[in-house]
Amino acid sequence: MDYQAVIGLEVHAHLKTRTKAFCGCPTEFGAPANSQVCPVCLGFPGSLPVLNKAALDFAVKVALALNCTVQEFTKLDRKNYFYPDLPKNYQISQYDLPLSRNGFLDIFTGKTRKRIGITRVHLEEDAGKLIHQESVSLVDFNRSGIPLLEIVSEPDINSPQEAYAYLTALKSILEYLEVSDCDMEKGSLRCDANISVRKAGEKTLGTKAELKNMNSFKAVRDALDYEILRQSEEVASGNAVVQETRLWDAGKQKTLPMRAKEEAKDYRYFPEPDLPPFIIRAEAIEEVRKGIPEMPREKISRFMSDFGISEYDATILTSRKEDALFAEECIKEYPEKDKKTVTNWLIGPLLSEANNRNCALPGLRITAKRLLGLISLVERQEISGLSAKTVLTEMIDSGREAGEIIKEKGLSQVSDSASLESVADEVIRENVKSVADFKQGKESALMFLVGQAMKKSRGKANPKVIQEVLKRRLADA
Amino acid sequence: MPITKDTVEYVAHLARIDLQAKELEKLSRQLEEIVIFIDRFKELDLKGVSAASHILPIHNVLREDAPRPGLCAEKALQCAPQKEGNFFAVPKVIE
Repeated sequence: MDYQAVIGLEVHAHLKTRTKAFCGCPTEFGAPANSQVCPVCLGFPGSLPVLNKAALDFAVKVALALNCTVQEFTKLDRKNYFYPDLPKNYQISQYDLPLSRNGFLDIFTGKTRKRIGITRVHLEEDAGKLIHQESVSLVDFNRSGIPLLEIVSEPDINSPQEAYAYLTALKSILEYLEVSDCDMEKGSLRCDANISVRKAGEKTLGTKAELKNMNSFKAVRDALDYEILRQSEEVASGNAVVQETRLWDAGKQKTLPMRAKEEAKDYRYFPEPDLPPFIIRAEAIEEVRKGIPEMPREKISRFMSDFGISEYDATILTSRKEDALFAEECIKEYPEKDKKTVTNWLIGPLLSEANNRNCALPGLRITAKRLLGLISLVERQEISGLSAKTVLTEMIDSGREAGEIIKEKGLSQVSDSASLESVADEVIRENVKSVADFKQGKESALMFLVGQAMKKSRGKANPKVIQEVLKRRLADA
Repeated sequence: MPITKDTVEYVAHLARIDLQAKELEKLSRQLEEIVIFIDRFKELDLKGVSAASHILPIHNVLREDAPRPGLCAEKALQCAPQKEGNFFAVPKVIE
């Protein structure tokens, strides 16, 4: 029996404002505990909140970038509950008149494109941070009152891969807008998932579980994978799926029911009397719209039409804004009309160097000009592709030019067949079995011998030439 | 809508208020009176009148995103019933 997963994601993103949502306390990450607090964010009686203009502007920007309708009249509400990280015993949030609704986000999973509906984007405040110890829980209120955007998707997501693509696309948009750091490790981006399964073709939704405690996009994907399996097995064996909150345990790679006492939620929302409502006029919305830069989706389309690169490649190159800017410079400057070579360099060696060093492409401190210089050395067959990767790493490490490194390390490619003959002969002598295989018609044996010769020449041999030389010597041998 | 004792007990629990039997009695009665009073709105013709969230004619009260000095940790923790270092300490909330 085939099961279809129905997934909705709820993302919370910290807005990168200098101060908190309702008071002038700084929002810097990593400050000593309770050093960025005041009577407002500590919930002291008599203190009054005033909304941060930047938080509202950022929120409108995100709403527009996610194709939402910004409501002309919006207000903040109190969501009442008791928890030690919530000093006022209510969170200032939005209930029935959220800032915006009815948007969408287009995702690309490598094969297909899909439109995911956005139910709403609203503004709220974060709570403090709890550190649980042996006998007590410690509370740090530095995070209390940091502006948060809650972005709720429609249950339009049907696989963990789509969820991953949605989160990547959303993060990319927030980063392009420069409104959030989106750092899951620092908690500036968090994601909960609602998931249910149903038999393929069925219309009614199954009972859903709410998944929490996933601290990376990969964890979201893994948790959903696990949960689909678990729920499908429950349904297949005739058991009912229990509606509950489950926590992802990364160590055990499973979701487990949350053990905390689950009470019926009754938040008794009501309008926040301390904050008058907000009227956002069409002109103000247009003003914000003008300030929105080219979004990832538009960049992808432009890269495809201007440079003729595939949607898959364009999606990778535009995922981070800084990468996209560097990539565009390189691709534009690259003299050939077919951009495949330079694109492959960027997606392959460059991005892997950047990932190894935990930075974006510009962080490698290699200029577009120098990179293109290196590529052209390979194209002119002055160095082999293999050596070029060594040179690239060295260029990044030392900041020196390719030519200098090649000279110093003696990496110039040897294309002169006479000087490669001795290498070929040695390889033939040392690999009797492969030579025999080749003579019996096993083509792959030749590639093995080429590999051995490349190794012997420390990557300097021109692979095409050495292959020719090997073939010739093998015929003689 | 009659206000039963159960309702008042439930609301008291939500608000973490421990009510004595006599208080429960008294509050149930008072709450019922309030609700009956509010019910009188039903007598009015409110077609086309949207719910008011605020009664003052003010909107868009905003502040610039500029940091202002707050309290130092020592001051913030001054009235805390229990603390540990720079942290507020509370009874453990998870198992």
